[in-house]
Amino acid sequence: MSKMLVLDQVCKTFNPGSVNEKVVLTDLSLELEKGDFVTIIGGNGTGKSTLFNAVSGNFYVDSGRVELDGQDITFLKDYQRANQIGRLFQDPLKGTAPNMTIEENLSLAYMRNTKGALRFGISAKERELFRQRLAMLDLGLEDRMKSKVGLLSGGQRQALTLLMATLVTPKLLLLDEHTAALDPATAEKVLNITKKIVEENGLTCMMITHNIGDALSLGNRTIMMDSGKIILDISGEERSQMTVPKLLEMFHQKSNKALDNDRILLAK
Amino acid sequence: MTMIALRGAIEIGLIYGLVALALYISYRTLDIADLTVDGTFALGAATTAVCTVAGHPVLGLFAAMGAGVLAGFVTAILQTKLKVQSILAGIITMTALYSINIIVMGNRSNLPMAKNDTLFTLIPEFAGDYTRLIVIAAVIALVCVITVLFFRTPLGLSVRATGDNRDMVSASSINPAFTTTVGLCAANAVVGLAGALFAQYQKVGDSTSGTGTVVIGLASLIIGEVLLGRRSVVRGVIGAIVGAIIYRIIIAAALSASISASNLKLVSAIIVAVAISYPAIKEQLDLHKMRKAAKVK
Repeated sequence: MSKMLVLDQVCKTFNPGSVNEKVVLTDLSLELEKGDFVTIIGGNGTGKSTLFNAVSGNFYVDSGRVELDGQDITFLKDYQRANQIGRLFQDPLKGTAPNMTIEENLSLAYMRNTKGALRFGISAKERELFRQRLAMLDLGLEDRMKSKVGLLSGGQRQALTLLMATLVTPKLLLLDEHTAALDPATAEKVLNITKKIVEENGLTCMMITHNIGDALSLGNRTIMMDSGKIILDISGEERSQMTVPKLLEMFHQKSNKALDNDRILLAK
Repeated sequence: MTMIALRGAIEIGLIYGLVALALYISYRTLDIADLTVDGTFALGAATTAVCTVAGHPVLGLFAAMGAGVLAGFVTAILQTKLKVQSILAGIITMTALYSINIIVMGNRSNLPMAKNDTLFTLIPEFAGDYTRLIVIAAVIALVCVITVLFFRTPLGLSVRATGDNRDMVSASSINPAFTTTVGLCAANAVVGLAGALFAQYQKVGDSTSGTGTVVIGLASLIIGEVLLGRRSVVRGVIGAIVGAIIYRIIIAAALSASISASNLKLVSAIIVAVAISYPAIKEQLDLHKMRKAAKVK
């Protein structure tokens, strides 16, 4: 199988040379096969989101290489990478434009596919496509396509963002604790929609989560990060044998420190 | 107020409606307080005056728009590429334009067009005294239609999204620096046209004609929003024009009530300050009332 994402010895240090110097990624290497669904766990400040930032191009890495589907993207800007990488954040307000309607938001996301600036309005064909996709969410949004997105709830907005990120099938989908700000019932719903979309499109996906149960039940591979490094990488047989208590135990051993992160403990 | 004064107010109001429309693009849509406008208005006036004196008044309108695009482009580059704060970027360009406008007119601070044909003298008087009003209204209507259509194109949608959620624009693989540049160029082209129409209307290109334009435009925009709301692009665009006309009528009324012309800028400033701070003041008053009511119980 071909490699979808390759990170080759990626390093990143914030504020180098100052008192606030912080090494956030140390010689990090990671390879994802096409269709991999990787869950990522680790305490706060261990470099999970920084890893995503390095992949989606919020900054250039200090050294190392980033490759997406065989293409070197190390020095591409974030908006240039966004053509092929979809990303969701914890904050459900981050991925949508509140003063624009649902269909206008979708139309923007769809622009990754359609080039050519001189068209007026949204075509009937596009509107039908948007309606179908919205209906898949089962949130009744397909009947509110002319409503402003600012009127939707957090869960609805996150589901819409997910739809927008995958409307034009991306090569890679990055989910950064995208259900953490939602109530449990809504979180489950959005997670189910995520599963469905990822499976149906055979997406390559990375998901950061603080829920160890989700980390093991979703996807086909789990990695644990600490101090900017990958300290555990399990898949296949080893992963199916893994249980939540064992994983927590491992966290102890590998990171050599007590679990000080309440959210991980509580997420059992 | 006499009929002639009212007609004059509507004519000038329509021209300044373009400034309000430009601010709808930059201030309301892109969420950038673009102070280039003062400079661009006079730049439009200067450019059109030079063309008109050379015998090309209509070309002068397009040249003024082109000059406006350049001014907007400079401001955009300053803020997107060189990372100058947006307000400062506008101030820098505006300041440079003071000198440039005088250079454009051949090192003079004004250029009269009294002896030359302008847009308004070229067109035969098909409707008597109202000819000029109809001509101006037609130009403004055309610009409004183009603006509304532009906001429906993918590029226009991206410009709107840039002011609404910049992150989402880059997530849609669109460069927000590019959409910001497009928006600022478009807004300043419209301002350039306003300056040009104003100069041809007054038969003089004046390097000081732009002073205070931003505030007048903002006042007009806000009056329009109070009346028509902000629900859609069409309302926003019509509101800008209507607001500008009403603003001019207020000013004309103030003048006929013998407020001196030099005090008008003070009146404009007060209108803007009150209109923008109105929600905050109302909130304070409501809170005060609630507290009072709570005490009585």
